[in-house]
Amino acid sequence: MPERVMFTMGDIACAEGALSAGCRYFGGYPITPATEIAEWMSIRMPQEGGAYVQYEDEIAAITSVIGASWTGAKSMTATSGPGVSLMLEAVGLAVMTETPLVLVNIMRGGPSTGQPTRGQQGDIMQAKWGSHGDYQIIALTPASVQEMFDQTVQAFNLAEKYRTPVFVLADETVGHMRERLVIPDEKDLKLENRKTPTVDPEDYLPFKADDDLVPPMAVFGSKYQFYATGLTHDERGYPSDKENVQIELVTRLQNKILHNADKIIDVERIELDDAKIGVIAYGTPSRSAKKAIKDAREEGIKAGLLRLKTVWPFPEEQVARLASEVDHIIVAEQNLGQVYHMVKATAAPTPVHLMSKPAGMPQLPHEILAKLRDVNSM
Amino acid sequence: MTESTPVLRHPMSKYIREDRQPYIYCPGCSIGIVTNMIAHAIENLGMDINKTVVVSGIGCTGRTSGYFKTGTYHTTHGRAIAFAEGVKIANPELEVIVVSGDGDLAAIGGNHLIHACRRNIDMTVICINNFMYGMTGGQFGPTTEHGRYSQTSPRPYGNLEHPFNLVKLAASSGATFVARWTAVQARRATKSIEKGIKKEGFSFVEIIGACPTAYGRMNRLGDGVTMHRHLLEVAEIQNGLPPHEAELDYATKIICGEFVDIEKPEYTAVLAEMQRKAKGE
Repeated sequence: MPERVMFTMGDIACAEGALSAGCRYFGGYPITPATEIAEWMSIRMPQEGGAYVQYEDEIAAITSVIGASWTGAKSMTATSGPGVSLMLEAVGLAVMTETPLVLVNIMRGGPSTGQPTRGQQGDIMQAKWGSHGDYQIIALTPASVQEMFDQTVQAFNLAEKYRTPVFVLADETVGHMRERLVIPDEKDLKLENRKTPTVDPEDYLPFKADDDLVPPMAVFGSKYQFYATGLTHDERGYPSDKENVQIELVTRLQNKILHNADKIIDVERIELDDAKIGVIAYGTPSRSAKKAIKDAREEGIKAGLLRLKTVWPFPEEQVARLASEVDHIIVAEQNLGQVYHMVKATAAPTPVHLMSKPAGMPQLPHEILAKLRDVNSM
Repeated sequence: MTESTPVLRHPMSKYIREDRQPYIYCPGCSIGIVTNMIAHAIENLGMDINKTVVVSGIGCTGRTSGYFKTGTYHTTHGRAIAFAEGVKIANPELEVIVVSGDGDLAAIGGNHLIHACRRNIDMTVICINNFMYGMTGGQFGPTTEHGRYSQTSPRPYGNLEHPFNLVKLAASSGATFVARWTAVQARRATKSIEKGIKKEGFSFVEIIGACPTAYGRMNRLGDGVTMHRHLLEVAEIQNGLPPHEAELDYATKIICGEFVDIEKPEYTAVLAEMQRKAKGE
């Protein structure tokens, strides 16, 4: 399809991004404020020869997505925090069986039912630590309608490349804001597809990784027969309770993300070259921060912004570099402090100031400016 | 040098991962019998093993999928049907068989079971019902009869709850093919599994099995042979009986047969039609 321009909301841009990435299976369950993704998919999927399937709950929705992915279909689900709470069981299964999928979380106020129609960024740590056991996750944090499209495409690319579930963590404001969206010509999109095995079926070891630590993936309906299980398994995919098998597996699952972190992590550095105060933000608060540092500079405060477009794996090197450049760091996030703790651990001894706001309206530019003035006078 | 003795191979072994033998099952367990039924159904129908997917949940029966030389997947507890739905909808050319236990399918997976029946996606669900949770050591579950003993309904209390009748549950939820057999009625059960696979719709086949290690021991029902002999004695064949009359009383009568065989638009067929319409074909 040639280039298209829309004036639309983040949720719909996300759905269009998925379709452009080649997603042909959506398993969902309605939830505010992610419902528009499901609604848009229910219209668009049949047009693209795909399936929108509405399940009885979020657990079934995401588990079906894992099933669809094992047929070779690029697959996704979209929900909000309460739905993610139910889906975390399957996130672990997808990690363990190395299943590519995209999980979009349009973050609303929590805990529990919280404020369904109000945005928040309270699910950052949930995405990283929510399912039991040791694992790494990839999470992208778009801040505009265009990025909802672009980063959903990127989420599919990363899921396919590293055979892992990938989160798109967008706050409700990003999900519901309306902006101009340019959907590029499909020829201009760079799409990744999972590696498939090339060996004879008799020689196929479904969980034997290549040098990049990612095993080629056979699918149902191909000439390869295999067993995949959420149990700890060896290269054949067979369950094992041996200590060394567990250590090798969880270490490889961790390292296939961490060793490729430089290819996954995406940050934007704005006005940081001579900055004395660095603001770290992502999603909607990063838009306020952009305006705030501009206003601060007009007052002679040398402020800059490190905007995180990905939060997991955590951009440790980028934050450490910022800490070596500035006198103070301010973390502005729409929660009681989640990325803040990661920054504090990475930035020491540079002082890190939290600007938290666990409520629906993100930090406004003048509020961040006031914080910049405070810190500047320290 | 001694000559190696030729080993007699089981005729169904071509469908089984022999490098995973022996099975994890206890002596006297019914799950091996049902595994054999499924292998025979695959053989009798001439199914392409590359186009066949066997899915299980968690528990003793949950291990079944891993022994088949088809595409197989071992999901989290209760989610076998949800996984299988994603497989079938994303690639309707595949034959999808779910085999799992009563605890997995009717307790933690109960919601998925009834909604899959309602949705009518073409797949065959085989539930081996041994009346409690076996893998965790014999606790009562959604099919344990009232008053029966288990690790969590011990003597002298017995089970406070009342069981699901899975045939009634599947039939009233909308399954298009519903049957029940005991593990000792291997030929009839295999035929019903074959019918279920051929049926273009959601099929549910319950196989009543014996767990001498846990259920048998705690309820003093004897060893595996004794329990299977009992199943044969109390099985009463009533093909075509209205499903709401398909009673199950372990001690006295287990109504067996095929109770539902109806036609209803199948999900993936309707979806394919919708896709054609959406493209303006």
